Amino acid sequence: MKLTVNGEERRVTATTLAALLDELDYAPDFLATARNGELVRAGERILCTLDEGDRIEILSPMQGG
Amino acid sequence: MTETNTSPTALSDTELERYARHIVLPEIGGAGQQKLKKARVLVIGAGGLGAPVLSYLAAAGIGTLGVIDDDTVSLSNLQRQVIHDTGSVGMEKVESARASILRINPHVTVETHVKRLDEENAAGIIAAYDIVVDGSDNFATRYLLADTCAAVERPLVTAAVGRFDGSLTVLKPFERDGDGNPLPGYRHLFPEPPPAGLVPSCAEAGIVGALTGVMGTLEAMEVIKLITGAGEPLIGRLLLYDALAARFETVKYRRRAG
Repeated sequence: MKLTVNGEERRVTATTLAALLDELDYAPDFLATARNGELVRAGERILCTLDEGDRIEILSPMQGG
Repeated sequence: MTETNTSPTALSDTELERYARHIVLPEIGGAGQQKLKKARVLVIGAGGLGAPVLSYLAAAGIGTLGVIDDDTVSLSNLQRQVIHDTGSVGMEKVESARASILRINPHVTVETHVKRLDEENAAGIIAAYDIVVDGSDNFATRYLLADTCAAVERPLVTAAVGRFDGSLTVLKPFERDGDGNPLPGYRHLFPEPPPAGLVPSCAEAGIVGALTGVMGTLEAMEVIKLITGAGEPLIGRLLLYDALAARFETVKYRRRAG
């Protein structure tokens, strides 16, 4: 399935957001994730099923100022 | 000269001329400019984000700007902290910032705090201001600030940067939205800080100076909107800026268990 992850097109096999993080080698703790412009909490990722063309944001917390 | 009006927020002739481009905007106008003059805004950190925040808020005519920072200006700050300059290396950042602010706009009152925000002093300092802007450079201060602003009910405009990426949001978790639902707080985005050392600081990872300029200027814009009531503040929305791709994205978030 084709997704847009952080603005880049990716072809992935994952069908949930939790599996996507695993497939893309993200350590899931402390990240913020969003699907199609809506935040998806850590506990909801395993139930968050992905559809063709979804826009996914995976955001590492930033501390700089 | 018409300095005779005694209202503390009345605008003199020179102020009316200085702020003419605000006053001509229906969304701000004379009434909005008086609100800006009356406002007390606290900026945490006179660094990469603080520099544009303080510069634009000073120019905009905020009546009182508080600046808290315990650091001194170093040469490696100057690539992005444009409120300081070569001649201010070695000075306390708050004093260098004060000099810059007063050069930009002598009508601003500057209150300096040479300290780090901590559990002991945070509530007292924050409660003395109307709006708080986060320009800090570490998770400990960011969480303390968000938690304290929520507790003492002060709006927080917060941005963070790393390398080529920035994020920005406005927090008012002590208020409710139009449907009566409590607005979200910082921990509804990032429940807990990452363990120390996991996320690099700007000193470790690097940062493009212009990126702090973009994000700090966006913070200043949100402050002006909050004070004047113009437009829709960035509440319940996280704005992401990916500088390398020249891409802005907005993520909506809510207060919800889970």
